[in-house]
Amino acid sequence: MRADDPKLMRIEPPKLTLAERFFLPQIAAGLGVTGRHVVGVAFQKKAITVQYPEEQHVPSPNYRGVHRLNKDEHDRIKCVACMLCATACPAHCIDIVGASAPASWPDREKYPESFVIDELRCIYCGMCEEACPVEAIELTGLYDLTGLSREQMIFDKTKLLSVFDATKDAEPMKYAAPPAGPAAETKMLPSPLD
Amino acid sequence: MLWVAIGIVLKILVVVSIALGTVAYLIYVERKVAAYAQDRVGPNRAGKELGIPFGLLQPLADGAKMVLKEDVIPGYVSRPLYMLAPVIAIVAAMIGFAVVPFGPVGPNQIMNFQIAPNINIGILYVFAIGSLAVYGIILAGWASNNKYAFLGALRSSAQLISYEIPLAMSILGMVLIAGSLDLNQIVNWQDRRVWGVFVQPIGFLLFLVSAFAETNRLPFDLPESEQELVGGYHTEYSAMKFGMFFLGEYLHVITVSYLTVILFFGGWDLPFVLDQNQAGFVSAVFKVMVLLFKVALMILFIMWVRWTLPRFRYDQLMDLAWKSLIPLALVNLVATAAIVQLIYSSR
Repeated sequence: MRADDPKLMRIEPPKLTLAERFFLPQIAAGLGVTGRHVVGVAFQKKAITVQYPEEQHVPSPNYRGVHRLNKDEHDRIKCVACMLCATACPAHCIDIVGASAPASWPDREKYPESFVIDELRCIYCGMCEEACPVEAIELTGLYDLTGLSREQMIFDKTKLLSVFDATKDAEPMKYAAPPAGPAAETKMLPSPLD
Repeated sequence: MLWVAIGIVLKILVVVSIALGTVAYLIYVERKVAAYAQDRVGPNRAGKELGIPFGLLQPLADGAKMVLKEDVIPGYVSRPLYMLAPVIAIVAAMIGFAVVPFGPVGPNQIMNFQIAPNINIGILYVFAIGSLAVYGIILAGWASNNKYAFLGALRSSAQLISYEIPLAMSILGMVLIAGSLDLNQIVNWQDRRVWGVFVQPIGFLLFLVSAFAETNRLPFDLPESEQELVGGYHTEYSAMKFGMFFLGEYLHVITVSYLTVILFFGGWDLPFVLDQNQAGFVSAVFKVMVLLFKVALMILFIMWVRWTLPRFRYDQLMDLAWKSLIPLALVNLVATAAIVQLIYSSR
């Protein structure tokens, strides 16, 4: 666009009123705002922070913290080792080794023999949770994740399942009922071959 | 004669130690006010194990940290000036207290609450000392041999020189009305008539704005401006040398608050209750308390403003001084002089 384009519209900043040009009424209004906050925190206990080790902050339900691997009603790992989460992960922090499911698990072909998440590599984007077709991986509200070494921060299957045990009461699984079977789902989507 | 000297030394010791202790707690108060303004709680842990509430031991912890930290002197600084700068900063801030009356002063009083009593150029002295503070800052910036520090120091010197003019002119009105440069005479005049803020409202506003600029406090803290200049003139300073700049800044805040209260809010005066003819111990203590209370309010106000207003842009800062404050101060001065000449002298 050229500088003398007739369609070009020039917008002037709004003119300041006399009071605004003197600053003082505006400053007084600003002092009122901060004054309210000071009085609110000092005398009415309106601080929005919590005293951390003694009080625990409860994050919102969609907070994305440490991962957990969900268990089904038979206390088995829900994961079917489909690798969708590892594929979706932009940080490549999920490492799954799949194996054939034991014969006593008739509802699936595979299960994860090992499931490792590098919590230091993870960017907590929640893509794994979204990619998972069986709601097996979820991000919990645990935000105070610490460790003394890098090795400690690499979570294996046992640890991820123990996170589920620790958080399942406070945060029930986001989808209690198992999602509709794969057959029902594919019927609803128009196939490109049709 | 010897006793007078001992008395003065004692007064200096008392004033300096009280001022430094107050500064330590002012930093605590500042952090609390900052926290409250931002809906936080602020420091509240130090001293909890000893049963001391509200984190009141925080200043001690801060001081211990300042003293015990490693004192890094970068290899590229100009050492003599680098060492001298914080000393100038703190000394310039401290000797301003010499003429500040902390309570009633006069021949009828039991004691002169002033290190150098009845100096008839009190205000001139304060401003002379106040201008010295700029040496501390510009030496720090220059000796640090660091571009951020240097930019901070440049800004600071330009700012202090610009705001010195409206600062001095804004109080001249009060000086004309009271007819004296002696701070005690000004207080006594306000005690007889009314507080300065009522006869010199414009002078008061100009003084307040310029005083904020003189103390390098927000909204005029361009010399430091963390976001652009790292730390400004004290970027290269660590441990207690940095602490001395910090102390200097807060001592300036105390001095400016005392001056504001003495010039415009009647000093130790409490209308209808206290006046200059009262002598004796009780009234003296009462006056000191009243003055301290007013100064505390003033300091709180300065902190309150700090957490309300954002920093000025550099050209806006200069515009404000040269295009608004100085013309206003001139008009105020001429008008006051005319009124004093025409009305007071004819009586």
